[in-house]
Amino acid sequence: MKRIFLMVCLASLVVLLAGTGCVGENKLLGAGATFPQPLYSKMFDAYYNQFKIKINYQGIGSGAGIEQLTKKTVDFGATDSFMTDEDLKNAAAEIIHVPIALGAVSVTYNLPTNPQIRLSRDILASIFLGTISQWDDEAIAALNADIDLPALPITIVHRSDGSGTTAIFTEYLSKISPEWATTVGRGKEVSWPAGLGAKGNPGVAGQIKQIPGSIGYVELIYALENEMPIAEIQNKKGNYVMPSLESTKLSADVPVPDDTRVLLADTDSEQGYPITGLTWVIVYREQSYDGRSQDKAKSLVDLLWWMTHEGQDYCEPLKYAPIPESVVDKAAKIIKSMTYEGVPIMQ
Amino acid sequence: MGTKNTKRYKDRHERKEMIFRGILYLSSVGILLLLIGFFVSLPLDAFESIRKFGIGFAFTRIWDPVAGNFGALVFIVGTLVTSCIALVLSIPFSISIALFLGEYFREGIVSTFLKSAVELLAGIPSIIYGFWGIFVLVPIVIDLEMKLMVINDRILPYGVGILTASVVLTVMIIPYSASIAREVITLVPTDLKEAAYSLGATRFEVIRRVVLPAARSGIIAGIVLSLGRALGETMAITMLIGNANRLPDKLLSLANIFVPINTMASVIANEFAEATDSLHRSSLIYVGLLLFLITMVINITGRYIIKKTSVSIDE
Repeated sequence: MKRIFLMVCLASLVVLLAGTGCVGENKLLGAGATFPQPLYSKMFDAYYNQFKIKINYQGIGSGAGIEQLTKKTVDFGATDSFMTDEDLKNAAAEIIHVPIALGAVSVTYNLPTNPQIRLSRDILASIFLGTISQWDDEAIAALNADIDLPALPITIVHRSDGSGTTAIFTEYLSKISPEWATTVGRGKEVSWPAGLGAKGNPGVAGQIKQIPGSIGYVELIYALENEMPIAEIQNKKGNYVMPSLESTKLSADVPVPDDTRVLLADTDSEQGYPITGLTWVIVYREQSYDGRSQDKAKSLVDLLWWMTHEGQDYCEPLKYAPIPESVVDKAAKIIKSMTYEGVPIMQ
Repeated sequence: MGTKNTKRYKDRHERKEMIFRGILYLSSVGILLLLIGFFVSLPLDAFESIRKFGIGFAFTRIWDPVAGNFGALVFIVGTLVTSCIALVLSIPFSISIALFLGEYFREGIVSTFLKSAVELLAGIPSIIYGFWGIFVLVPIVIDLEMKLMVINDRILPYGVGILTASVVLTVMIIPYSASIAREVITLVPTDLKEAAYSLGATRFEVIRRVVLPAARSGIIAGIVLSLGRALGETMAITMLIGNANRLPDKLLSLANIFVPINTMASVIANEFAEATDSLHRSSLIYVGLLLFLITMVINITGRYIIKKTSVSIDE
């Protein structure tokens, strides 16, 4: 009995020591958005191979990422929707947003033979408001004259779980339709006037594949990977744009505020795809909180610099749009503003 | 020397006895504390929502996270409607299975096989039922809806909705009511049945007049238990209910059976992870509290019914 007890003690001691060993300076902890998780996993893996610094990232959702950072249980958070002024005011210290990549939301559908359709701003808003409820509606037919549209009812499929994808999509609808803005509004979860909900991108995609005449929205990456039909969407300049990495990247090539907290939806860009958004890593500007070491602060700053510069090469192979030059410059300024005990960490 | 040893032996045994009793006490008190914990923490976490919306929360059909207006009526209706349809659909099946296994084929390979099959049905993870629903049931329902669309223009080919969710729920709860009913039916004393046979009763008459009345309370208990399971079922329902947080326009229409709606458990599972707004979060917890209360009320009524309907066999 005693021997077993001793062994258990010894074993737990070893585990404890190993545990503390891991939380050394060559390890960073992050949590947040699920959307960029594949990208971050790839980036952090490459970063580890190059610099031997281990980064542990948990995709627990944007909201949870913000919460974890404000509770200071992680070194950095990640989010698809930036923190509001009120959120920032409530935080214990100043939090800054570092843009990492761009995401786009594509409109996908299920029609017999899946022809390439295009949707104007008015039509898109009317469909999701439920005022256009048939595919052979005059407005859609006039815009897609070369297609034989079926006499099917339009079934809307939206996300049922809270999601940054929904936030970007409803932000766009709010911008193009005053009626949508007043009756439904924007957010990760909204009160949908029509249709049905499904969980996650796979859920929405699955429902759309099953229901003839359905329409919905999923992340562009997801639609591309699954070779789903994607609609061309009319942007602010009146051009019909197909979502792609290039047109997504173009959407951010507009004047962006210095803190990069911007809603890109309905971009002013000529050829930019209008339903896009940035994804950010969030950190405290002053890094000497909770007795953190200067080394740790330094490795976090180095990581952020790498992610916004060399690391950007990992975006396109994984079908994320990299941030354009103009935004990289803003990101660089933000990273340089990070301090340790008031002294800039990066010179 | 001898007495000393005996004493030590006795001490050790008494100590063991005490430790054992301690463990028993601790577990029972622990369960009780857990229940009290639920009772305290749920209203506490839902307080913001309770204060803002009061009891009217349960009768409001708006659920608008953007405007910060919340009401649980849609989810309460969704939960009760799907559970009740499932319950009604399941009763004939579970009683038939129970009679078959408890009365006709008590022993033998067929019976053993069927019994384990029914029990296995209870052990299948609910996500598997969800998949089955999506891949098998939904296409069938879509076909049906496409045909019915011509007759009633309020029917849309959703595939998911009240009907689909209820059918899957039916299959999920049958094993619960069936196995309890079977057990109670096997417990009906042979004397009673033999007495009836000796009076010239046929097998059907024996089942109708002796077996079912004697086993009634047990059968009802099984049904109540399965209702409890149906109310709280989350994963499979989330996949098949359509997650539409609104009630149909015309409430009393048969076409509504195809309409997508949402349930209490499902909305919590869907929205809790990203509910960062504190009112939204506490409203979801409020929904959880209501679900807890509804399940409790149904359990207590079930118990009451069992007490009222039980026929004493000794008489």
